[in-house]
Amino acid sequence: MSIPISYYLALSAILFGLGVVAFVFKRNIITIFMAIELMLNAVNLAFVAFARAHNQLDGLVFVFFVIVVAAAEAAVGLAIVLALAHSRQSLNVDRVDLLKF
Amino acid sequence: MIPVLVFFGCALLAVAGAIALILAREPIHSALSLIVVMLALAVLYLLLGAPFVAAVQILVYAGAVMVLFVFVIMLLNAGLEERTNFSKLMWVGITLGFLLMLETAHWLYHSEPGTAIANSPAGTIAPASTFDLSKLLFQQYLFPFEATSILILIAMLGALVLARKDE
Repeated sequence: MSIPISYYLALSAILFGLGVVAFVFKRNIITIFMAIELMLNAVNLAFVAFARAHNQLDGLVFVFFVIVVAAAEAAVGLAIVLALAHSRQSLNVDRVDLLKF
Repeated sequence: MIPVLVFFGCALLAVAGAIALILAREPIHSALSLIVVMLALAVLYLLLGAPFVAAVQILVYAGAVMVLFVFVIMLLNAGLEERTNFSKLMWVGITLGFLLMLETAHWLYHSEPGTAIANSPAGTIAPASTFDLSKLLFQQYLFPFEATSILILIAMLGALVLARKDE
């Protein structure tokens, strides 16, 4: 039994969907950041699977760029979390509702 | 037979880790589940013949980024999270999401299944050459690479400014 590329893409889609679910349902702002990282990881898996399917290395280069941007985003995002925790005394995003309809 | 077992084992581990991330109520448990997902994905990258990406995944993601997360959780002493009290606009979102899901299912049903094979039963595939990868990164993609270094610099400055105590 051989594994087609579509299995990897299905796994990528499932992980991305779970990331979206976590993003919507979690209330802790740090966990919401982790959900974003999960979605980026799912996209990376799709990139690597397509690079394998087409025998081209460009997909792997894009994975590096995604990883670098994710690391930069995590650094800035967690700094924002620190500032927010100092000003609001809470990590619950329901308490940060100034722009909420 | 071995690649099939490794694929399904790691796929199950990744999905289980993602579900555990959602169900855990302590942020530190979510962080540990996310590390499990990232390690399982690193093994899948090895299976897809991308050993360098697998190494970077473990070094940068499971190493640097997740240590940053765990550090912030420790710093803020993040405990049990409260459950969500759902939004007033919940039903609008559920309806739109359901329509999107129907459309995706429709187009998936009418699409041709792909025939490209990732792993044959024999299991030996030539890994992508790190030499070729570096030539691509430092020649064809040199400008994006340099732009990324500026992005990192700006992110560093931004993190410093945001996390600084007000005078």
